[in-house]
Amino acid sequence: MVEHRDDFGSKLGMWLFLVTEILLFGGLFIAYSYMRARYPVEFHHAGAELNATLGVTNTFILLTSSLSMALGIVAMQRGQELWSRILVGCTVLLGLVFLCIKGVEWAAKFHHGLYPDSARILTLPQGERIFYGLYFSMTGLHGLHVIAGMGVLSVMLVMMLRGRIHPGHYTLLENGGLYWHLVDVIWIFLLPLFYLAA
Amino acid sequence: MNSSTTSAGMGFLADEGPRRGLMAWLTSTDHKRIGILYLWSMLAFFMVGVGVGVLMRLVQLDTFHHLVTARTYNALFTVHGVIMIFLFVVPGLPAVFGNFFLPILIGAKDVAFPRLNLASWYFYIAGAILALLSLFTGGGAPDTGWTFYAPFSLQTGTNVTLAVFAAFVLGFSSMLTGINFITTIHRLRAPGMSWFRMPLFCWSLYSTSWIQILATPVLAITLILVMLERLFGIGIFDPTKGGDPLLYQHLFWIYSHPAVYIMILPAMGAISEIMPTFSRKPIFGYTAIAFSSMSIAGVGSLVWAHHMFTSGMSEFANMVFSLLTMIVAIPSAIKVFNWVSTLYKGSIDVQPPLFYALTFIFLFCIGGLTGVMQGALSINVHVHDTYFIVGHFHYVMFGGTGFAFFAALLYWFPKMFGRMYSKKLIIAAWFPLFVGFNMLYFGMLVLGMQGMPRRYYEHLPMFHAGHQVVTVGSWLLALGLVIYLVALIWAARKGPRAEGNPWGGVTLEWTLPSPPITENFEEIPVIDHGPYEFRKGGQHG
Repeated sequence: MVEHRDDFGSKLGMWLFLVTEILLFGGLFIAYSYMRARYPVEFHHAGAELNATLGVTNTFILLTSSLSMALGIVAMQRGQELWSRILVGCTVLLGLVFLCIKGVEWAAKFHHGLYPDSARILTLPQGERIFYGLYFSMTGLHGLHVIAGMGVLSVMLVMMLRGRIHPGHYTLLENGGLYWHLVDVIWIFLLPLFYLAA
Repeated sequence: MNSSTTSAGMGFLADEGPRRGLMAWLTSTDHKRIGILYLWSMLAFFMVGVGVGVLMRLVQLDTFHHLVTARTYNALFTVHGVIMIFLFVVPGLPAVFGNFFLPILIGAKDVAFPRLNLASWYFYIAGAILALLSLFTGGGAPDTGWTFYAPFSLQTGTNVTLAVFAAFVLGFSSMLTGINFITTIHRLRAPGMSWFRMPLFCWSLYSTSWIQILATPVLAITLILVMLERLFGIGIFDPTKGGDPLLYQHLFWIYSHPAVYIMILPAMGAISEIMPTFSRKPIFGYTAIAFSSMSIAGVGSLVWAHHMFTSGMSEFANMVFSLLTMIVAIPSAIKVFNWVSTLYKGSIDVQPPLFYALTFIFLFCIGGLTGVMQGALSINVHVHDTYFIVGHFHYVMFGGTGFAFFAALLYWFPKMFGRMYSKKLIIAAWFPLFVGFNMLYFGMLVLGMQGMPRRYYEHLPMFHAGHQVVTVGSWLLALGLVIYLVALIWAARKGPRAEGNPWGGVTLEWTLPSPPITENFEEIPVIDHGPYEFRKGGQHG
């Protein structure tokens, strides 16, 4: 049997998967907008508590990682496999930096007793509790997606090293890139909703 | 091709490659084998669900009332719902017949992503195992009803977290199947197989797959939020923390109403295959049926809040959703009209598949019309959460999807297994099935009109007689199911060999030997005519 190969088909499948991811977060965005309409003042106060500097820094890091991902694919298209590996490697590392900063932020919140169901959070007005509930759910789920994306790209790296992905056949790398860009795009929406809510 | 290759081999049923027996099945990426894996696992869960259902009915008789406690009764209806919805009706026709026949009907060798397809089955099994585990671990079987409504689902001590996670995993399986089918239909149609030459079953799978992709993620996130709520107390659905349980209902039904169209659309597609074959006549209104599938998928996504008319939404929202609900009945009615018109002046051959398909139309009409009744606000507030609702959705889900599943299985069984069942036994099974079904669920409609609330362990003396009729109906129904399944299981093992085209069908599957070979076609066919042309181009006149 001749190996069946349909690059367009596999990209179509990936785009459909991305649609499901957007709708997954879509449910959370609905919850957010409803709750924000219900508690505008509380969301304003709680949003002021977040560290916007760290949030914006993280945005730059993720955008840069998307750039290095895109460049990695371009390098692959041009047959510069070494560059491609380096750039995809950079993407994974930037993802790690993002997670570290996120970790610092979460740790600070926990340190201040701001986590779901904590003694302090139960003393806050209801709207602020909901704000933090959404903050931890949405950034947490996004964080899981970053980890998943790093996992996917690491697999891509291994496949590149083993010659399974090469300039003649790199649809998988493009699909991995699409996933990474999605993770990036979702963050771009999370930033204003939480960090710039105040 | 029909006659020469039929009886020779066992096609894809025979093991090729290095592995033998069970392992060969569990590692196969052949879409036909995966379809059959789904078939047997699904029927097994279905029978468990039936058992639980019969037990629930039994408890409503005085003699057996103390067989279970009230709390166990709550667990029973939850488990019955979770098994039937998530393990049987939702994956139902797409996973079994979609997998088996979609590639064949469009002239392809397999689905677009065969390995993903097998992975979907493993997700399905993993979800099923988690669901079964949730019954016996933690605080015991969940007692919330299959809808997991907040805030009760957040407070109950039973094992809701695991059950919800099981539904999440099952949703993943369903979503991946949807992605697979859409890509398959877009990319793998044989040369000449234009969109409007596709058999209607493919159209129904196409619209179903879109709903699976667009609606399932919303359920997934809702279930994740319930888990987070139970594990960490984030508060979004919890009114004591400032959350809103109504938000849960909205998010839940945004998936779960379109999900009923995931359940019914492929059933309608299968019926659209059966009607022309046994009328020896092209289907009436091909385009209307194809587009009504798509419009059901579209409008059906906008009617979710008709489950919430008594939840305290605004009057205006109630009216809008009531109107939309009425509108979604139109494409369904178009289909019924077209199926019946297909029979008109046809050369009708009443074989078991058609017999069951006609039963589907009859039962589906009752289900559909009672649905329109409830779409009207004035009736809905009275019958909300009564047996009327239970009767209605069993008419649609079981009388509709269930009977279409039975009809489709009878239609395609000879193709799938290369063997024929005993037609007499199948017709014999029909009588208890049909009589039992109507005693059971029409009885429920009447009880509901009289005011019997659903999910109650006890009932008032005035409902005694009704409950007795309904329970006896459940026995007949179960008897019919057993006869039906025994006939088919026996036939799959020992039945006489079937021809390539026992029904005289003209769609592509009937050009293949029964059972088809691995990779279906020795040579990919070139299509130059529509799907139901019985005079020219087709195999049989």
